[in-house]
Amino acid sequence: MNEFCDITLTVNGERVSERVEARKSLVDFLREDLTLTGSHVGCEHGVCGACTVRVNGEIVRGCLMLAVQCDGASVETIEGVSDSGEITDLQNAFQTRNALQCGFCTPGMLLTAQDLLSSGHAPSRDEIREHISGNYCRCTGYHAIVDAVEAVAQARKGSRK
Amino acid sequence: MKIVADVPSPLTALDRPNSYIGRAVPRPNLARLTQGRAQYVSDVVLPRMAHVAFLRSPYAHARIVKLDKSKAETAKGVVAVVTGAEMCKVITPWVGVLSHLKGIKSAPQYAIAVDRACWQGEAVCAVVARTRAEAEDACELIDIEYEELTPVTDPETALDPDTPVIHPELGDNLTFERTLDAGEVDKAFNESDAVVEATFIFGRHTGVTNEPRAIVADWNPGEQRLTVYQGTQAPHMMMNLFAKHLGLEEHQVRVITKDVGGSFGIKVHTYADEMATVALSKLLKRPIKFVADRIESFVTDIHARDHRVRGKIGVKKDGTITAFEIDDLTGIGPYSVYPRTSGIEANQVVNLTGGPYKCPNYRARARVVFQNKNVMCQYRAVGHPIATGVTEGLVDLAAAKIGMDPAELRRKNLYPDDAYPATAASGIKFEKLSHHASLDKILAMMDYKALCAERDAKRLGGVYRGIGFASFIEVTNPSAAFYGVGGARISSQDGATVRLDATGAIFIHSGVTEQGQGAEAVLAQCVASAFGVPIDRVRVVTGDTDNVPYGGGTWASRAAGIGGEAAWQAGKALRQNVLTAAASILQAQPDGLDIVNGVVVDKGTTRERISLDEVARICYFRPDTLPPGFQAELMATRHYVPRAWPFAFTNGIQASYLEVDIDTGFVTLLKHWCVEDCGTVINPQLVDEQIRGGIVQGLGGALFEHCLYDERGQMLNGNMADYLVPMAVEMPDMEIGHVVTPTADSELGAKGAGEAGTAGAPAAVMNAINDALRPLGAKPMTEMPFTPGRVLRALGRV
Repeated sequence: MNEFCDITLTVNGERVSERVEARKSLVDFLREDLTLTGSHVGCEHGVCGACTVRVNGEIVRGCLMLAVQCDGASVETIEGVSDSGEITDLQNAFQTRNALQCGFCTPGMLLTAQDLLSSGHAPSRDEIREHISGNYCRCTGYHAIVDAVEAVAQARKGSRK
Repeated sequence: MKIVADVPSPLTALDRPNSYIGRAVPRPNLARLTQGRAQYVSDVVLPRMAHVAFLRSPYAHARIVKLDKSKAETAKGVVAVVTGAEMCKVITPWVGVLSHLKGIKSAPQYAIAVDRACWQGEAVCAVVARTRAEAEDACELIDIEYEELTPVTDPETALDPDTPVIHPELGDNLTFERTLDAGEVDKAFNESDAVVEATFIFGRHTGVTNEPRAIVADWNPGEQRLTVYQGTQAPHMMMNLFAKHLGLEEHQVRVITKDVGGSFGIKVHTYADEMATVALSKLLKRPIKFVADRIESFVTDIHARDHRVRGKIGVKKDGTITAFEIDDLTGIGPYSVYPRTSGIEANQVVNLTGGPYKCPNYRARARVVFQNKNVMCQYRAVGHPIATGVTEGLVDLAAAKIGMDPAELRRKNLYPDDAYPATAASGIKFEKLSHHASLDKILAMMDYKALCAERDAKRLGGVYRGIGFASFIEVTNPSAAFYGVGGARISSQDGATVRLDATGAIFIHSGVTEQGQGAEAVLAQCVASAFGVPIDRVRVVTGDTDNVPYGGGTWASRAAGIGGEAAWQAGKALRQNVLTAAASILQAQPDGLDIVNGVVVDKGTTRERISLDEVARICYFRPDTLPPGFQAELMATRHYVPRAWPFAFTNGIQASYLEVDIDTGFVTLLKHWCVEDCGTVINPQLVDEQIRGGIVQGLGGALFEHCLYDERGQMLNGNMADYLVPMAVEMPDMEIGHVVTPTADSELGAKGAGEAGTAGAPAAVMNAINDALRPLGAKPMTEMPFTPGRVLRALGRV
């Protein structure tokens, strides 16, 4: 097997061609090669969710996927969804509700919450808790995060009426 | 004292225009954190930077008999391979003792083990390479042989004559012992109507910060200066220690703390691998980066708790508590952690046990022993969950024994709200607490009677629910009594420098640090309120030893109470300076003027006299137009340290409502309440979220978190899949209430709130589980975490 591979992919809408180590994880590729440091490395074995990014529209663990697996894929990170304005309401709700403290889990938490909210229905608190249970937050105790996601769900539901 | 609503409520004494005290203003640094624009140390990259990886001992106790690094040195990307002996030439070892903990002893600890490793995970060799991956690859090429030594793992036998002594030069494995005997304990037990004894076990657990420990050290030989980017809670303390052990002057070291991905007491200690990283930068004359991976975090981040406490309580038929007695034993690993020592937690257990209750008879012994496991030290709520667990566990067992409602037994014994100032049996001093107001409030919040009725009704249907309380006290705003008097160069005072910039905005530089608690918001609130500007005109700077006043940092719930007061005083001082300058410009009297909403006005009115940016413009750019001899001072510094009391004790009470599945042993948390009194509430939202986050850390220790070791000192679950942390689905909603009893030791009156949640949550859960299982005749559960297996064993089902 080659130690290095050439890959071409789209990251936050920009076309990227890079030569990467075959063993390099997607999150390390994003952070080190593309200097997109908004995705974080917490556990490197798929438990904490700090490295959550979107690949072809689905949220994935950036530490459990290799960069070479993303050849031809469309990858979106917290930087991309922030700049596009896709989750501005969610970010505002997190700020208003103080649904983050150290902020290290926040990019992954936001992408996971957006994944739930983009399904279109307004989830219950229990559903929100269930959906974000792959994202570890040591600071908040989750209550404020659930409040913030619930508030955005209600607001989006209201705006669809 | 007054009871306030949970909604933001400005306090009268501080309620000037632009008063942000008591208001839930948002934190200034949140937007970038939500956009992926933070800068954690793990994100820092410098020119010429290399990465270090450590080879770590797989044994709990082993002699290094051979270490051949030749293959590793020639591996791809490798810059250097450095052993413990080589490291000794650059950095001196340290000993974690403090003079006010009488008799505490420890052995010299080295940045990298020399000859012998004393716990599984201790670094035995460092590899520096261009990338972390290459450094890790080369670690595998080091040819190392060990002679395994007998590990000391069980604290219960650590002091036995036939147990090996880990550091023979110390004579035995006893790190520290403290005894206390107050009042007439034996007489009190003899005169009791009931005496209850129980042994409480608190599992070893750890902080699991989401961002692991991270450091980038940059020695610049051209400047003869060391710049360290470090995720730390105490930048000045680290500056001192780096200088001391590298043979530098303090002014040659600059510690920069940017965003920190969680701390909780984990990031306030000296870690051997971080000291090694700094030394490697000095040795190799280039920036070196170390970020612990998760497995390294589990075997090197300080662990905490791991106490076994035998407890005893005496009680009269009428519910009067007559005496407490405890015997605490804790194993702290092979070294007392530097510089705060590993004796503080046991010392706190002795200080705090029985603390909420007016009971003069108290006897305690605490022993701290060495063992060949990862080191233990101060983690959020140091000692509090243990003291509270033992005290509240005993109180509930006593209540059950005499058939009294646990809330009533507390009401009977808690210090009356008019009993202050008071000194507890252990000698700790209370300025003013509010146990009864807190108890009344929590009973109302949870509708205690209705909840009891619901619990009882469910029981008839075979659903076992329980209610548990935990009254607690919390140590906050520590004076020099905590560390300074023991000889540690850890500042108890903190400073704030406030300046008016040329456009009328305010900068504040503060010695406290931000790791997510909201310290920067609190500082901005204090300055904006004291000075009189809209809060968005305040810019906060923290975390840079070159640029902030000398201070202690953020730990022991001190940032708001101490850093906030310094900011408040500095804001007032600058206000006076600016009024003096404005008066000089306007040819008015300073005391006839005021600053409201960023404008100088006639006092008592909103009539504008001159804007701040005009004052600044004249003072900075046209001082020639000011009266001769007048010099405007548009910068002011103030410092603050509590002097009247060694600690600002706070108090509160928590309650847990939960359900136990008696077939599976699973505990479902239904609801949690906390009423606490941190004095003046500067930002109610931030206080509530500190409490909630703290509660969940306590719940983790109560139900899930446990560093499991085998008898050979091997950690069995050092990863996030096997070490269980609380996730959202298992956690309850938490209702928080406040009683406000300001401290008179500062003008703001704020005490700390960072650790109250963690202090009381485990005890509340323990008491709720025992309440749920009591009708089934289960043995009282006193060993944390309360896993399903343990629940089933208590029920006699397995």
